[in-house]
Amino acid sequence: MASLAKAGAPASETDFRREVQQFLSESFPPELKGKGNPVTGVESDLRETEPQRRWREAMGARGWGTPTWPKEYGGGGLSRKQAAILNEELSRAGAYNPIGGMGVMMFGPTLLEYGNEQQKQEHIPPICRGEIRWCQGYSEPNAGSDLANLQTTAEDKGDHYLVNGQKTWTSGGQWADKCFCLVRTDRSDKHKGISFLLMDMRAAGVEVRPIRMISGLSPFCETFFTDVKVPKENLVGREGEGWTIGKRLLQHERTNLSGGGSMARMMGPRLSDLAKKYHEADASGVLTDKVLRDRIADFEIRWGAFLLTARRAAEESKEKGGVSEISSVLKKLGTKLSQERSELTIEIMGLQGLGWEGEGFSDAELAGVRAWLFGKAVTIYGGSTEIQNNIIAKRVLGMLDHQ
Amino acid sequence: MAVLNEEQEMLRDMAREWVTNESAVAKFRAVRASGEPRAYDPAAYATIARMGWAGVIIPEEFGGTDFGWLSAGMILEEMGKTVTASPLLTTTLAAAAIVLGGNPEQKAKWLPQLAGGAMIGTLAIDEGAHHNPHRLETSVSDSSLTGTKAFVHEAHDATLFVVAAADGMYVVDTSTPDAAASVQVATRHLADMRSHAQVTFCGARAEKLAHGGDDLLDQVLDRARILTACEMLGMAQQVFDTTLDYLKQRVQFNQALSSFQALQHRMADLFGDLAMMRSAVEGGLQALDSGMMMPHAAAIAKAEANRVLHTISREGVQLHGGIGMTDEYDIGFYLKRARVLEASWGSTGFLKDRFATLSGY
Repeated sequence: MASLAKAGAPASETDFRREVQQFLSESFPPELKGKGNPVTGVESDLRETEPQRRWREAMGARGWGTPTWPKEYGGGGLSRKQAAILNEELSRAGAYNPIGGMGVMMFGPTLLEYGNEQQKQEHIPPICRGEIRWCQGYSEPNAGSDLANLQTTAEDKGDHYLVNGQKTWTSGGQWADKCFCLVRTDRSDKHKGISFLLMDMRAAGVEVRPIRMISGLSPFCETFFTDVKVPKENLVGREGEGWTIGKRLLQHERTNLSGGGSMARMMGPRLSDLAKKYHEADASGVLTDKVLRDRIADFEIRWGAFLLTARRAAEESKEKGGVSEISSVLKKLGTKLSQERSELTIEIMGLQGLGWEGEGFSDAELAGVRAWLFGKAVTIYGGSTEIQNNIIAKRVLGMLDHQ
Repeated sequence: MAVLNEEQEMLRDMAREWVTNESAVAKFRAVRASGEPRAYDPAAYATIARMGWAGVIIPEEFGGTDFGWLSAGMILEEMGKTVTASPLLTTTLAAAAIVLGGNPEQKAKWLPQLAGGAMIGTLAIDEGAHHNPHRLETSVSDSSLTGTKAFVHEAHDATLFVVAAADGMYVVDTSTPDAAASVQVATRHLADMRSHAQVTFCGARAEKLAHGGDDLLDQVLDRARILTACEMLGMAQQVFDTTLDYLKQRVQFNQALSSFQALQHRMADLFGDLAMMRSAVEGGLQALDSGMMMPHAAAIAKAEANRVLHTISREGVQLHGGIGMTDEYDIGFYLKRARVLEASWGSTGFLKDRFATLSGY
């Protein structure tokens, strides 16, 4: 029988842990401790404070914000084990990873796979340093779930492309420096006519208009391209390869959207604690509203099973060295549960949980309403639940193409 | 599927092969046709014991192999796929109670017999139609146990009863004629056509399992919940696979049913549910093996097994259409067994209540 006994950590790991601790004590500004990540750093208009800037630069200089990316492009060049140690030490110190956003989650990994040497040298290091904000130019007014129907054109003008068209749901478009875009270079073939092009959001002919959402927030934009000149070297892969590259990038997106870990962090206070605050409990802490108690338990049991599923998917992927079959269901399951949780959260708070603004509501109550409304997007973006169901039925279950 | 070590993989493959070749659903039909209340094939159980499966969670010094809970669960999952009728589950649970709560003499006396298949064991806990393990009237005075237990699984051939009484857990060994005379077994035919009985103990000689601590009953029941969920997992997987095959074969309106999007999305939903169920059940087994027996994990495992098998067994019949309603077709067996197991060791309502209590609300 294989021995499961744990040997002591190898000396190299202990050394590395010491190096991280040393770095943290020298470089992490104590005033940021436990403050949480202003993640959004990359995708919002939050102005960085001076300590936040110092911390981002310190992490960026080591490449530790993108710990497993190659060192030659500004990444940390760490092993998975070292990256895990780094993570542990960061949370032990109450620190956060200040390098994030779409460049890290989606674009970077895709460019490392498909970009040429010059593109990697140009674009990866600023992502690792957290200097450049990227946004995604995929969806169009008539290309949502049917993404390949996109019509934004890139016309070959010899040394450059001339881009015309409209993108929508551009997350963080109003703050982004650059955009990775799917454009049409050929009208004769729906899928093979698509190319993957990098655009400068500051270029002449780019106009961005924020869209006001049901949550009252405007995290998404419409982006208009009118005769925008894009240098030829900004084409990733070959002309017509955009659909393949674009789909690969979506896999990174789905992995991030469904990850049990990141979702768990979004979760906030326990529902049962919330229920005790807004409802009655008996002397031993048992909720007197038995129906509510039953519904909370019902949710928490399924949430527990979902976290176990996310863990199993990760273990199986690691074991088999590929993406596990059940990864395909994670997005669908996780997003549904997170919406259920928000609905339950505002219901527990009653009308107090529907406050829109102004007097009479706590910050948590006001945030809960916005989160509930914003959360309606999660089953729509990144491949709607219906699209996920098509993918599961066709790719995983081998059911025939529907009509 | 959980990541397995080499030994677990071998055992799983062996179980899969035996179940497929030697214990197809046709075997269950034969058992049913025999009309015997014991409702299993003793020759098949002798083979199971010879292969060592009855001793998977029993320490080697008492004749078992000590392969662990994940291994035991995988075997039961495979058997669930063909609704294999056998007293393996209840015997494993009776053994678990003795491993947890028995003194060295008790372990030496009973565990080797359970591991080797010489004795069949079962749990006698509930006294009514609902799982309610903390309201019991069965009592013991002077080592003599009196009470009536309802719907005891595999009671007909059992000679070792692990009985919950108001003041703790006891073993009643009925392997001698004298002892057997103090226990009456009255058959209760349930829809699943397996062995169930009302068991009345009239001053039966009982030995207390005194080494397990105050929560011995809960610990045993948590194991019952997780192992039962394993059988349910095999059933759910089989119903899902059978239904998917059927949708690919059945042609209406000149096309395979599997090409209809309304059915595709229902199958995608069931596939997601099945993934959750498998994770919950394997999570329960891993919690047991890691020694961090979280009662939470047992509640999650059985509650998810109840929820998902309920849905899949219902949808399985519906998606088969008329053929699914026939006795000639196997799918009805899974539906009937499903409801019996859902109600055993905790309905969904019971488990949600328990989960909330464990979580402090």
